Amino acid sequence: MTIKKLALVTCVALSVLSPLSARAAEGGHLPKLSWSFEGFAGTYDRPSLQRGFKVYREVCAACHSMDKVYYRDLTALGYNEEQIKAVAGEYTFIDGPNDEGDMFERSGRPSDPFKAPYANREQAMYANNGAYPPDMSLLVKARHGGANYIYGILTGYGHAPEGHEVPEGKHWNAIMPGHIIAMAPPLQDGQITYDDNAPQTVDQYAKDVATFLTWASEPHMEERKRIGITAFLFLLVFTGVMYTVKKKLWAKLH
Amino acid sequence: MGSGQRAEFKNPVVSWIDERLPVFSLMQKEYGVFPTPRNFNYFWNFGAIAMVMLITMIVSGIVLAMHYTPHADYAFSSVERIMRDVNWGWMLRYIHMNGASFFFIAVYIHIFRGMYYGSYKKPRELLWILGVIIYLLMMATAFMGYTLPWSQMGGWAATVISGFFTAIPVVGDMIQTLLLGGFSVDNPTLNRFFSLHYLLPFVIFAVVFLHVWALHVSGSNNPLGIDVKSSQDTLPFHPYYTMKDTFGLGVFLLLYVIVTFFFPNIFAHPDHFVEYNPMVTPPHIVPEWYFLPFYAILRGLTFGINPYIGLSLVAMVVVMAPIYGGPDKKTGLCGLLCALGRQFALPLLVVAGIFFALGYLSQVEKASGGALLSLPLSDLVFINAKLAGVLAMFGSVILLVFIPWLDTHPVRSARFRPLFKWATLVLAIDFVVLGYVGMEAADAALFGVIPLLWIGQLGTGYYFAYFLMILPWLSRNEKALPLPVSINEAVLKA
Amino acid sequence: MSAHTANHSSEEGQTRRDFLLLTAGAFGAVGAGCFAWPFIDSLNPAADTLAMSTIEVDLAPIQEGQAITVKWRGKPVFVRHRTAAEIEQARAVNVAELRDKQSDTDRVKKDQWLIMVGVCTHLGCVPLGQKDTDAKGDFGGWFCPCHGSHYDTSGRIRKGPAPKNLSVPEYSFVSDTLVKIG
Repeated sequence: MTIKKLALVTCVALSVLSPLSARAAEGGHLPKLSWSFEGFAGTYDRPSLQRGFKVYREVCAACHSMDKVYYRDLTALGYNEEQIKAVAGEYTFIDGPNDEGDMFERSGRPSDPFKAPYANREQAMYANNGAYPPDMSLLVKARHGGANYIYGILTGYGHAPEGHEVPEGKHWNAIMPGHIIAMAPPLQDGQITYDDNAPQTVDQYAKDVATFLTWASEPHMEERKRIGITAFLFLLVFTGVMYTVKKKLWAKLH
Repeated sequence: MGSGQRAEFKNPVVSWIDERLPVFSLMQKEYGVFPTPRNFNYFWNFGAIAMVMLITMIVSGIVLAMHYTPHADYAFSSVERIMRDVNWGWMLRYIHMNGASFFFIAVYIHIFRGMYYGSYKKPRELLWILGVIIYLLMMATAFMGYTLPWSQMGGWAATVISGFFTAIPVVGDMIQTLLLGGFSVDNPTLNRFFSLHYLLPFVIFAVVFLHVWALHVSGSNNPLGIDVKSSQDTLPFHPYYTMKDTFGLGVFLLLYVIVTFFFPNIFAHPDHFVEYNPMVTPPHIVPEWYFLPFYAILRGLTFGINPYIGLSLVAMVVVMAPIYGGPDKKTGLCGLLCALGRQFALPLLVVAGIFFALGYLSQVEKASGGALLSLPLSDLVFINAKLAGVLAMFGSVILLVFIPWLDTHPVRSARFRPLFKWATLVLAIDFVVLGYVGMEAADAALFGVIPLLWIGQLGTGYYFAYFLMILPWLSRNEKALPLPVSINEAVLKA
Repeated sequence: MSAHTANHSSEEGQTRRDFLLLTAGAFGAVGAGCFAWPFIDSLNPAADTLAMSTIEVDLAPIQEGQAITVKWRGKPVFVRHRTAAEIEQARAVNVAELRDKQSDTDRVKKDQWLIMVGVCTHLGCVPLGQKDTDAKGDFGGWFCPCHGSHYDTSGRIRKGPAPKNLSVPEYSFVSDTLVKIG
């Protein structure tokens, strides 16, 4: 039947066209790492999440906010309530007004969002030569390439090739679209002390923080996949039963 | 409706209700014993599937609206709160977000099925038009829903699409201001979009009701496109098609589940996850995939209507005159045009082609600036490129309304019309290609050589030629294959 | 089709189909039920709402005979520093005669601190009695102006339409002057 041919042609056409449509990023070629959270049953690597959080806290958080993520969310990283209280308590928040109408300072609670380094966007831009350090809550979903992009940027610093000018105060990065990035290389080997035996290298830091940011942008991923598998299998059986019902029913007609 | 014969029910409660309000009789008549052609293929599943998707969208949408805040300052955060904090919120949102895509997939297949098997022909013209209205309402609803998360992509899509109206001469800017409730996309825009995004699905539901009502008056078309002649040609809707539809629905839902749970952001651009900033446009704005073919048509019109293009169009109208007017038109202007068209069809087509090329080339800009071909009067543009693009885009959708009168061939199904079949299959491929062109950057090139713009322009040309020239011409000139005597006979033979 | 006219094999086919239909129906019902649950559960309090469901109240500034009202889960919570007379008054009541039989000792963790949700158990109004100038009702505690319920110095219903005593939330003393509600 021609209609079947059409379906086939459409599929072929789509599959031929889609690789062409892979937009050549204006930046460099993205590295493709294998991540624990990939695949139909992939999960977040808890130790890596905890290390990534440490990298974020000690390095990224100096400039990047993460205002959609709350300290209470850190239970997903494997921390208990006491640990989370301790983490949140290290930060000072402005609250209020109190009974006298004044704002006051208090220490953070699990119900607070991650403390932002700047009061507002304008302040963030002013402090960073006009470049806005993007909020990291959704950064992995907000960039082509996701975790690979984050890893790529963090490990992509280097000297500009011959003939490429790098403006004053900017840096050359192989992965950044246009190759010019305002952020100075944020990581160096040995900069952050890990509590476990993971190597303390830029490569490992980048992997861990990319894992952490992937979790931050998609915190319910594990639950999603788990439910997805259940729903799929259920529907598969149901559809199988319906196929049999339909076949039996129609068999009488022919 | 519902005033016809009542059915007998054993259950006393059902019977009691039915005597007073015959809803059960109605269901029995329209979905129980309703005589349905026995030879449907699986393309006939998509009406029911689309219905299920509409209900899924309404139900998930109502729950999402309970958690969503339609305010420019909170919309983005409230969506993230749904994704992170609301119980099952991530699932509801992904069901809704991807449900829109799967609703459109079902509806596109449903529309194409209607075109391929000539379901729009007498006596189903109104049924078809109601379908086109549903499709238009869906587009409006989907577009407004795209804006609600207040992301870079949604906010700028609203800016760009409301910008279409600025193409209208004189009052265009005023219309845009009215639609947005301000001079740019801002809180008033978001508020009204939310209101309408909540309202329109119920309007869709009402039109779907009319659509189904009209369907049940004329009865379903079928893959052979011939009318039902006796009860041997039909089966009761239940259980035959209820079971078949449920099976088909299961297969469709399997795909939907895979996307929703494992690739939930496959249709979403990264700029969906950046909050709207009216000061910074994302480098590459694209509409949702289901609008891409029309977006390609919009962008394909890089030229306006100048005297050369105008003359070319006039020549084409003359060529088409005898096809539209028919052989019996002998008098008046129509008669004159028909006579001219019959006499000089080929030369006129050549003239149309030459003038079109001249008009086109005189509007192509050289890299160094200035026109590629300078001709006298070529700057005299009646309809500029922007307005032409917007007209073509809206026109390409509105054209669907007129198919019943553009294709007047007595045979419905493409199975018995080889030329029509190929023209329609090419249209389907054309639509996919246009979608691909719409997805790419405006200056992209296939294999780095052929500008996609040209492919988009060719595709646009075929799209309009299919409806305005090929269908009418085939209606008059295509010789159909012999039709089977009845559905039953054809089924038994197979 | 009656069993008499049906031959043996079609009868078997019929049973088999009935079984299949039953299976399909059961699957559909279970599926619909499972699908409905997320929609219903999403109406329950979200994670951020739950995270805000405990508060800490500093008792140090509340003088004897004074009360403060704090907001907890969107509702007023009365925190009263009772006088010895009020405590005595509350303890003197014969519990058996009460509408909602509860002794004062069951309603407080420290005698001088009465902590309860300030929502009348009749129809949800906020009773008066927190301020010195408020009407305190016939029993010196709280008085609900909506429909005239009188509460005593232990927040127990004594007169009027309300069926229950003012409810005592879950709370604990973190220190002598700091209480955690929720």
